[in-house]
Amino acid sequence: MIALIGLAIGLALGLLLEPTVPLWLQPYLPIAIVAALDALVGGGRARLEGIFDEKVFVVSFVGNAVIAALIVFLGDQLGVGSQLSTGVVVVLGIRIFSNAAAIRRKLFGA
Amino acid sequence: MSGPGQTPEAPGDTTGESSSASAVPDHAEAPRGVAGLLDVLRPRATWGQLAGGLLCLVLGFAVVAQVQSTKRDTTFATARQDELVGILSDLGQRSERLRGDLRDLEETKAGLQQDAEGEAALKEARERATAYGLLAGTLPAEGPGIELLIGDPKGGVRASHLLDALQELRDAGAEVIQINEVRAGVDTYFLDERGGVLVNGRLLRPPYRFLAIGDPHTMTTALGIPGGVAKTLEGAGATVSITPRARIAVRAVRSP
Repeated sequence: MIALIGLAIGLALGLLLEPTVPLWLQPYLPIAIVAALDALVGGGRARLEGIFDEKVFVVSFVGNAVIAALIVFLGDQLGVGSQLSTGVVVVLGIRIFSNAAAIRRKLFGA
Repeated sequence: MSGPGQTPEAPGDTTGESSSASAVPDHAEAPRGVAGLLDVLRPRATWGQLAGGLLCLVLGFAVVAQVQSTKRDTTFATARQDELVGILSDLGQRSERLRGDLRDLEETKAGLQQDAEGEAALKEARERATAYGLLAGTLPAEGPGIELLIGDPKGGVRASHLLDALQELRDAGAEVIQINEVRAGVDTYFLDERGGVLVNGRLLRPPYRFLAIGDPHTMTTALGIPGGVAKTLEGAGATVSITPRARIAVRAVRSP
């Protein structure tokens, strides 16, 4: 609940303040967001399965976002940034889908 | 793995989703359905929950920021170096293609302009038609030239003399020639006739008056050369007078 409230407050703050993404963060923020979404959905699944742990959630949230951004950064340095970010998005998307499927099974039994 | 805020019935359920699907009793213990959702949503004010909420706040903020920045500049600011290089290359190719189109269109335009200069070509064609009309004798003409007057007091001038005079004038560059009231053309002929000479079917009587447009000096010289037309005519008893004129009008025309 607090997480959802925090999400809503964050969205409201973003809409109110209309922040500008700093230039150095621009290539990595979308990937970090996708990773954070993956962590969020994974956390929701763990919560529904009763194995939720705030510490795990926080660490995986921050860790996923940082690692995703780092992978993209490394890809940029290696010259395969766009391909690698595509790969990261694909992997995270698959994880989000499987987690969402688990949540769906837990909530609706289907 | 149970956090401080976890519900009492949850601690045993540390199995994954697949095992819970097989183990019915565990599955029954886990919160599910609307009740489970409400249980999940029940606020638990712990530091971990607060940290999660804070992270979600950051996430929401970042999502909005990213979405708005994507909306703001969809193309270049967020693009990576290789993407920019690709875009630049695309633009280069497009520019090259457009330049080619421009060249083609310029050529077409030049062609059309030359067609507009077809106006000039038309003018030139009209001038040529006029020149050919003058040469063919269908148009009246004016210009510098000479007047050749052949008097025949003794009746010794034959058609061949007049033909010689005509040919001599033509060789000397006469463009338009009139003999009395007959316009000379390519098919002009001379026939001896009683009391005169038949030219193009018309009987001309002496004196014969040639009007020739061309270079007066050249024609005068050509007619006056020793043993030339003038001498021959004088030998035949004719009187020859050559008068250069700055302006000679040839009025006689031939029907086309």
